[in-house]
Amino acid sequence: MDCCLSRIHSSPVNIRQQHHNTLTCVCLPLQFEAEYRRFALKKNGAGSFQEFYQLLQTIHRIPGVDVLLGYADIHGDLLPINNDDNFHKALSSANPLLRIIIQRRDEDEPVVFPTNSLQRRKKGLAGLRPSQQKNKPALLIGLPQDFRQISSIIDVDILPETHRRVRLHKHGTHKPLGFYIRDGVSVRVTPQGVEKVPGVFISRLVRGGLAESTGLLGVNDEILEVNGIDVAGKSLDQVTDMMVANSHNLIVTVKPANQRNNVVHRGSKASAGNGSAGSGGSALSHESAHSPASQTVSQCSNSNSVAEGDSDDDDTDLIIESDNLPSYTPHRSLANGNIHGNTPSSGVFGHRPLPQSVSLPSSSSLSDSKASLSSLTTPTHNGSPTKTSSSQESMREDGNFITL
Amino acid sequence: MMKFRFRRQGHDPQREKIKQDLFAFNKTVEHGFPNQPSALAYDPKLQLMAIGTKSGAIKVYGAPGVECTGLHKETATVTQLHFFPGQGRILSLLDDNTLHLWEIEQKEQCSHLEEVCSFMLPGRSGIESTSATRVTVLLPKLSCDLLAVGTEGGGVHFLDYLFAGSNILLLTTLFSSVPEEYKCGKSLGPVESLQEHPQHPDKILIGYSRGLVVLWDLQIFVVCVFLLQQLESLVWVRSGNSFVSSHSDGGYMVWPVSSSTPCTHEPVTSTIPYGPFPCKAVNKILWRTTESGAPLVLFSGGMPRASYGDRHCLTILQDSQHITLDFTSRVIDFFTIHCIDRDKEFDDPLALVVLLEEELVVIDLQTAGWPTIPSPYLAPLHSSAITCSYHISNVPTKLWDRVISAGQRQCHLQTHTNWPICGGKNLAPSPKQQELLLTGHEDGTVRFWDASGVSLRPLYKLSTANIFQTDCDHNDSLTQAGEEDWPPFRKVGCFDPYSDDPRLGIQKICLCKYSGKLLVAGTAGQVIVLYLCDEKSDHMIDVATVDLLQDREGFTWKGHDRLPPKSSSVPFAPGFQPVVLVQCMPPAAVTAVTLHAEWNLIAFGTSHGFGLFDYHRRSPVLARCTLHPNDSLAMEGPLSRVKSLKKSLRQSFRRIRKSRVSGKKCALWLAEQDAEVTPVQRRIEPRSADDSLSGVVRCLCFADTFLRDGTHHGPTMWAGTNSGCVYAYALDVPSQDKFSEQSVEALLGKEIQLMHRAPVVSIAVLDGRGNPLPEPYEVSRDLAKAPDMQGSHSVLIASEEQFKVFMLPRVSAKTKFKLTAHEGCRVRKVALVNFSSVASEDYSENGLVCLTNLGDIHVFSIPALRPQVRYDCIRKEDISGIASCVFTKTGQGFYLISPSEYERFSLSARVITKPLCQLDVDRPHDPSELSPLSSPALDSPNSSADITLDTTGELTVEDVKDFLV
Repeated sequence: MDCCLSRIHSSPVNIRQQHHNTLTCVCLPLQFEAEYRRFALKKNGAGSFQEFYQLLQTIHRIPGVDVLLGYADIHGDLLPINNDDNFHKALSSANPLLRIIIQRRDEDEPVVFPTNSLQRRKKGLAGLRPSQQKNKPALLIGLPQDFRQISSIIDVDILPETHRRVRLHKHGTHKPLGFYIRDGVSVRVTPQGVEKVPGVFISRLVRGGLAESTGLLGVNDEILEVNGIDVAGKSLDQVTDMMVANSHNLIVTVKPANQRNNVVHRGSKASAGNGSAGSGGSALSHESAHSPASQTVSQCSNSNSVAEGDSDDDDTDLIIESDNLPSYTPHRSLANGNIHGNTPSSGVFGHRPLPQSVSLPSSSSLSDSKASLSSLTTPTHNGSPTKTSSSQESMREDGNFITL
Repeated sequence: MMKFRFRRQGHDPQREKIKQDLFAFNKTVEHGFPNQPSALAYDPKLQLMAIGTKSGAIKVYGAPGVECTGLHKETATVTQLHFFPGQGRILSLLDDNTLHLWEIEQKEQCSHLEEVCSFMLPGRSGIESTSATRVTVLLPKLSCDLLAVGTEGGGVHFLDYLFAGSNILLLTTLFSSVPEEYKCGKSLGPVESLQEHPQHPDKILIGYSRGLVVLWDLQIFVVCVFLLQQLESLVWVRSGNSFVSSHSDGGYMVWPVSSSTPCTHEPVTSTIPYGPFPCKAVNKILWRTTESGAPLVLFSGGMPRASYGDRHCLTILQDSQHITLDFTSRVIDFFTIHCIDRDKEFDDPLALVVLLEEELVVIDLQTAGWPTIPSPYLAPLHSSAITCSYHISNVPTKLWDRVISAGQRQCHLQTHTNWPICGGKNLAPSPKQQELLLTGHEDGTVRFWDASGVSLRPLYKLSTANIFQTDCDHNDSLTQAGEEDWPPFRKVGCFDPYSDDPRLGIQKICLCKYSGKLLVAGTAGQVIVLYLCDEKSDHMIDVATVDLLQDREGFTWKGHDRLPPKSSSVPFAPGFQPVVLVQCMPPAAVTAVTLHAEWNLIAFGTSHGFGLFDYHRRSPVLARCTLHPNDSLAMEGPLSRVKSLKKSLRQSFRRIRKSRVSGKKCALWLAEQDAEVTPVQRRIEPRSADDSLSGVVRCLCFADTFLRDGTHHGPTMWAGTNSGCVYAYALDVPSQDKFSEQSVEALLGKEIQLMHRAPVVSIAVLDGRGNPLPEPYEVSRDLAKAPDMQGSHSVLIASEEQFKVFMLPRVSAKTKFKLTAHEGCRVRKVALVNFSSVASEDYSENGLVCLTNLGDIHVFSIPALRPQVRYDCIRKEDISGIASCVFTKTGQGFYLISPSEYERFSLSARVITKPLCQLDVDRPHDPSELSPLSSPALDSPNSSADITLDTTGELTVEDVKDFLV
C-alpha cells in the first residue's frame, strides 16, 4: 500500500488517494535542494501530527532537522501544518493528491502563508527566497508563517486618522463573517454647526466570528464605505446587500466608536499599523501575530486592492467542462486543451471549494521561540525593493510601538 | 483614495445626446380595471364616463383610446362624482367631506384632468358636531350655474360652480310649508336625494331619508309635500308629471305630481317586485320611457332577504320581460345612456352601464334579450388572479388574425353593436405593430390581450383546466340544474376569483409567434404544449412524465399531487389546442420554461431540476436534478407549509385566549417588551452553498452557438439555478426531415459555478457583434438579419448581484458589472431590449434593462455593460409590482399597480404608447358670465336660527314650534 517515489533532491509530498482509505503524498521542499517523494497514506488511520512529522522526517531521512510543513489547499493557497487540526484538515482536502511542502525551520528563511501564495510562487520563486537580515531582536510571537492572513488595516497613509479601513478575507475560512449592522444617527460637525445625519453602524459581533476575532471592528463603529462605495444615502438593506455581495473580499471603512486605538500618522508615506490593538482578549494571539504581517502584505496589495478582488472573482467562477463532450471528431484534443488553459486551479470535475480552517491554537504559536520581528519585514513576495525598504524603516521606527 | 475601478459616466457630450435620443422614461397609461372603484358619473353631452376610486383617483373614459386620469392630493375615497354636462368639469366628493372641482385641460395632443379648487362646507360657530354639514348628495343643475348640496343635517346649500356664495335653503321656510301632520314629531333626517325637474329647471325634488319628499320651486316658492316610507332613491319620469321612489323594504312607488294638489297621499302604483317575503332595500332606481311602449324599470337590490339576500343583482323590468342580472361583485352604481334631447318625448335608452366592484358591464337595451356589449377598455384583468404575464412584440398578422377569429367564436350572448360611450377623439396613430400580452391566471386560464394601443382589449381566452380531472366539472352542472326559474337570474360578467384547484394555476408561458406553438406550465408541474388550430377537434392528449429527481434517494415529496389527466378524448374549440402534456415529478411548480419550435424542443425547470423534451417525437431527452443534498426545504411542497401555517395560527389563537385570561397585566407587560425591542439589524453573511431552495431552476435558454469549440456552432441549452450555477448542454438536433427517425441528444458541455452564488436571473447568448441571437424561425423566414457566426459569441449571465459576459466557447470572463456591490440593490428582472433613436429611424442600440428590488430601472450597454441611465419606476415596498414586471422588446414595460391594473411605462424615447386624444369641451371661461345665484329668495336674515335647527338631528315637535314662533 505504501508506495514511495523518492528522490533525494527535494521533498514535496503528494498524497494520492488510491482507493477510499489511502492517500498518496508528494512532498516538495524548498530549502533543501529539490527532492520529491510520493507515498501513500491511509486516510482514516493517519494518526496525529507528530506521527506524520516523524514519518516525513523518516521518509526524507532528515531526523532531527527542524522543518516547517505546508500544504497546498484547493484554492491554491499554501497553508501550514503544525498541529493535529490542520493536519486532518489537510488530509480531508486531499483530492486525491495532497501536495506537502517541507521547509527547514530557519529564522533566515521565513515563509508566510498568504492568500494565493501558490499562484504567486508560480510567477517566480524569488519572493520566497531569503534575504539576509539578522538585525532584529527575536520576539516571543508566533511565526507569521504559521498563520494565514484573515484581515488587515489598509490605506493608513491616505485616510484621516479617525477612520479605519479594514479588509476581511472571508475566502477559505470556516468562520462566519459574524457581524450585524443597524440604522443609527451620526453626528457630523459642519461649518453650520452640529448636524445629525442617518448612518449605518455595527450593532453586534458574533462570538467567534471573523469580525470579532480580528479585533478591528467594534460595536457602534460607523460604516462609511463598503469596498470603496460611500454608503451615505443608502438604506440598511442596500448596505447589507453590498456587504454580502463583497463578502469574499470585504473592505469596510469605519469610524471606530473607540478612537483611542487610532493609528498615529507619522510622516506622509508609509506608516505603521498596530491598528489591531483592539480590546478582544480572546483573540490576542491572532492580533499580535498577524497585524504586522498584514502590514507587509498590504504594502503590496493596497495599490490595487479591489482590482485584485476582481481578478479573484474572475478566476473563481468555477467552470467545469465535461470530458464526455465529443468535439467534432478531429478537434477532440483541442477541446481538452481548453480545459487546461482555462481553469488552472480547478480542472477536475466535482471540484468544489471547501472551507478551510486556519485557526491555530495560540499555545503552539506563541511557544515558537524562533519567531522574530525581523522576519516580518523581509520581502516575501515580489514586491518592489523600495517598498520593502520603506516598510522596514517604518517597522524599525515603530518597533516599540508594536510590542505594546 | 483606493483605486477602485469605477466606470465613470462618460461626459462625452456626443454620447449624452445619443442617450437622450434613445432613452426616456414615461409612465404612459394604466390598463385594466381601476382597483376599488367607488363612484361613477356620466356626461351625456360629452359622452364621457368618470370612475372614482377608494385611493382618490378619477379616471375619465370616452371612445376607445380616449382617457385621462386625475389623482386627489388626499388619498381619500371618492364617494360621489358628477359632471357639469358639456363643460368638461367634474365635481368630486371625498369621504373627508371635501368637494373638488376638476377640469379637463387640453395640452398639445393630450387631455389632462386638473384640480381647479376644493371646498369644504364651513362648520358652524359654536356647534361641535360636524355631521350636520356632512354632504350626502350633490346636484349640479343642468344649466351648470348652480350646485345644490344636501347635508346630513337636512340642509340644502346652493353654491356656484367655484363653490362661492354658499346659500342655505331655509329649513325654517320649509317647515312652515310642511303641513303639521307630516312632521310626526321627527326630524327630517339626512337629505337622501336631490333631483332636478326634467322640464322645469327651477323645481327640485328633495328627498329626506325618513320619507319626506319636498318639491321645491326656486322661483315661485311652491312646496309640494309627500310622505313616503324610508327612502332610498328618487327619479323623475321624463315628462315631469310623476316621479318614482325606491324604499328600504324592497319596493318602489310611482307618484303623480301636479301643481293643483300640493300634498299627495297616495302613489299611483306601489310594488315590491320580489315580495311578499321581506326583501332588501332597492338602492337605486331608474325609470326610462320608451317609444315602443312600456317604460323600462331598472333597479339594484330588492332581492328576497332570506333566499337571495347575498346576491349582487340588478333587475331590468319592461312589461312582462324581467331579467335579474346576477353579478359576482357588488354594484357600485349604474346609469343608462339615453336620449337627452329635450324635444324628444321618450328616453329610449340605448344601453345600461353598471359599475361593479370588480368590473364594468354594459347591457344593450335596444337588442332583444338585452345582451352584453364587450367593453373595449376597463377589462377585468383579474377575473381570476394573475399569476404570470408574458409579452410578445411585433406579432405576425397571420397569428394575430387567427387568434382574433378564435376569440370571436368564444363570445356568446354578446352583441357587436358599437360601444355606446364615444366621447372625444382618439388622435393616436394606429399602432405600427401588433402586440400581445398574455396573462396566466390562477384558474388555469391564459388570456390574450391586444396590447398594441392605449386600451387593453381581450382577444382570446384559453383554459387548460379541461384536460384534467378536477372536482369542479360536475359541481358546476349540478348548480346549473338546481337553479330555480324565478327570479329569472342571468349570470353576467366574468369576474370569478374562486379557483377550483390551485394546482391549475399558470406559472410560465412561452409562445412561438411564427409557428403558433404555445407552451404553458403550471403549479402542479404540468407543462402543456399547444398548437394553434382553426378547426375544432376531439382528441386524446399524449401524456409523459419526467422524473426530475433522477436517482436522488432519501427525498420524499410532501406537497400536492400532480393533476390527473383525463383518460378519454377531450373536445377542443378552435384556437390553441393541447397536444402534449408533460408532468414533472415531483409535481412542484414550474419555475422556468423555454420553447424552440424549430428544434421541436421544450425545456422546463422546477425547484428540483430541469428537463428537456422533444414534443415532436413525444420523448424526453434529458432530466437533471439540481437539488443540493442539504436542501430539505425544496422537498416539502407548498402545501405542507400551509399546514404549518394553520398550526401556527391555531397556536396564536390559543395564546390570545390565554392572554385574555391573564388580563391586562399581561398586555401591559407585552407593550413594555415591544418598546424595548432592539432596532432593526441585518446579519452580514455570504451565501452558503446549502441555502434552502438553491436548486430552483431560474432560467432556461436555447441558443445556436459555440459550446464545443470555436469553429463549430450548434444547438445548445442553458439552465441557471438559484445557487448561481449554470449548466450548458450541447444538443444534437437532427435536421428537419429526420425529426421523426432520429432522436435529439443532449450532452453536458459546461458547468459554471458563479463565485458569488447569487441566483441566476437570466442567460442570453450574444453573437459576434454583441447582438442578441434572433428568435427561432426569424432567420429562416427572412424576418431578421442572420446573426454574426464569424466572430466569437459570448454569453451574458445575469445574476441577482451582477452581470457578466463570458466569451464562448472557453467561458472566460470578458466584462462584468457588479450592481449589488456598487448600488446595494438586487436584480429582479432583466431583458434585452432594442432601443431605437428618435433622431434617426435607422439608428438603434441593444441594451440590457434591469429592474431591481428597489424598484428602479437601469439600462446597460451590451456587451460592454456600461451603465447608461437609471430611473425610479416602482415603489420599493410594492413587491408584487416588482415581481409582475415584464419588458417588451422595444423598451416598454408593464407592471401590476393593483390586482386588476397594469401600469404601462416606456424607457424608449421613440416607442411610447400613451393616450393621445381630444375632448371638445364647451365651458364659459369667464366666471362673471355666470350669474352666481339667481334666486335672492334664498337669502335669509335669520339663517342662524335655521342652522341650529338642522344640526340638532333629533328634533322634537316642541323644538320646532319654538323656532317657528
